[in-house]
Amino acid sequence: MAKKKFVVGCFEDEAVLFPAVKKVRAAGYKIHDVYTPFAVHGLDHAMGLRETSLHTAGFIYGITGTTTALSTISWIFTKDWPLNIGGKPHFALPAWIPIMFELTVLFAAVGMVLTFCYLCQLAPGVKKHHFHARATDDLFVMAIECTDTTNTDDLQAFLQSNGAIELSVQVAEEGWWFGRYDNEDVPFQNKEIVAA
Amino acid sequence: MASIKMQFEVPAKMKTWSLALIAVGLVALVTGLVTKGFSADEHEQTQFWGTLMYNSIFWTLVCNAAMFFIGVTTMAMGGFQQSFRRVPEAISTMVPIFGAITFAVLMYVIFGHKHHIYHWLDTEAVANDPILKGKVGFLNPVFFVIWTTLTIGLWSLFGWRIRKLNEQADGEPMTAEEGATFIYKNTVRAATFLVWFGLTVGSTIPWLWMMSIDPHWYSTMYSWYTFASSFVSGMSLIALWVIYLKNKGYLELTTQEHLHDIGKFMFAFSVFWTYLWFSQYMLIWYANIPEETVYFKHRVQGPYKGIFFLNLIINFLCPLIILMKRSAKRNYTLVAFMAVLILFGHWIDFYQMVMGSLSKEHVTLGWLDFGILSLFVGLMIFFVSRALASKPLIPKSHPFLKESIIHQV
Repeated sequence: MAKKKFVVGCFEDEAVLFPAVKKVRAAGYKIHDVYTPFAVHGLDHAMGLRETSLHTAGFIYGITGTTTALSTISWIFTKDWPLNIGGKPHFALPAWIPIMFELTVLFAAVGMVLTFCYLCQLAPGVKKHHFHARATDDLFVMAIECTDTTNTDDLQAFLQSNGAIELSVQVAEEGWWFGRYDNEDVPFQNKEIVAA
Repeated sequence: MASIKMQFEVPAKMKTWSLALIAVGLVALVTGLVTKGFSADEHEQTQFWGTLMYNSIFWTLVCNAAMFFIGVTTMAMGGFQQSFRRVPEAISTMVPIFGAITFAVLMYVIFGHKHHIYHWLDTEAVANDPILKGKVGFLNPVFFVIWTTLTIGLWSLFGWRIRKLNEQADGEPMTAEEGATFIYKNTVRAATFLVWFGLTVGSTIPWLWMMSIDPHWYSTMYSWYTFASSFVSGMSLIALWVIYLKNKGYLELTTQEHLHDIGKFMFAFSVFWTYLWFSQYMLIWYANIPEETVYFKHRVQGPYKGIFFLNLIINFLCPLIILMKRSAKRNYTLVAFMAVLILFGHWIDFYQMVMGSLSKEHVTLGWLDFGILSLFVGLMIFFVSRALASKPLIPKSHPFLKESIIHQV
């Protein structure tokens, strides 16, 4: 996948992050993503992301599961191998409902997990770029995608004026790429620890 | 909060409508009493008292479910319900009123010795029946009267205590300590209510009031089934009142976000109701033991077939399909429509639970049922609107109110 250049600004507070997101968008920059330590309510809305269609996918997987269960089991018990079980009719719908329910849940759950992994481009062994390790701890990290004409110095100054406490320019590869972390590219760098 | 309307005023139109409904109901009640209640025919009598029974029990349980909603959200340290909590509170003020009606009807059935409704009242039949003899410790008039009195009395008392405590939230802002004490007291009172609720609605009361109409038959699912029915109807009733108040320009702090959560409750508990419905049905269908299938025989294969499947369509398929989407739960019109549909569906459910056992040969649904329904709806509108007007609509000093204002789904 193509390598892209990003300007990364780190924020320490949601209250600073929200106005910054709005201003960055208003200035016409394209926000690649904002990485937060926890789910921030309303951030997707502020970033202008469209509503996810994961639940629609889940619904489709679910009814696929229901139909699979119903068609398979009704074929088995009425056509392929009819059995007399306790004198019940061959088409014993109430007895099949638990199985139909289970398969609905199974298909919906597994399907949604796989779809989610695909949308986030995650899989075992896939290498992802970390814009800032502290995004998993206490820092709100905004990555802005650069174009050929983006002036990174101006953009960094703009972010700083909007409350970013740490800035950097990073080149990262997007999408699927298998591999493992190189030794020199440890995400948690052994920085000098200053005793508090 | 200068621009926020804290005081609900009952519109004249609403009062007229509720009184008109009550009038229609009273006409139906009196006509029914004359033509059926005091009729020499046992079937007519049974139909009349059965109709009164399922209507009063249904509305008492539905209004009590509003207090249950306050209880569980308090125990869960919920904040989102605070901006509209006066609505369930107002609905729960109906528990003593409808409770008294239920009590009167049930006492008439017991002391009037209506053994066509409660077969176990017939002492001679019980003495010759080994199954009923075994149940005599539970199914006897003394226990019935004591337990019914305790149930309705304590529902009313515990609910009143919670409402009383929450009048504090209308006063001056609380300090941190006062707030913590207030929340703690709320938790204790909600817990007391819930324990009693579990012992009654969660187990004994539906067995005693409704399941004992078929004294030979039993189902351990029955109480949970009744509870699910009443809770989903209770949520629908809360939704209707919230939407009505929003329409009239009240409850400014309640938004689509709150409506979404109420809609989720309606959706989830419709599915929960179906789960219990199915758990009860499938085991009996599968085992196919005559003393168990007797309950479903005339419901699934007899005259109640239509109502039985209508019940499933209204209470399961419609909520499942219509309320599934996020946008549906955030749509005031759609949620209001679904709330009316669910309330009607569970009223029909209670109808077939009680009348399906009392009148096995004929479906009696007719003018009497809808007349009595109109009486109860009229009473509900009249008293709930008065209760809403008697207090500020928003508990302005409640420690969790801010959580409700910034609530987002």
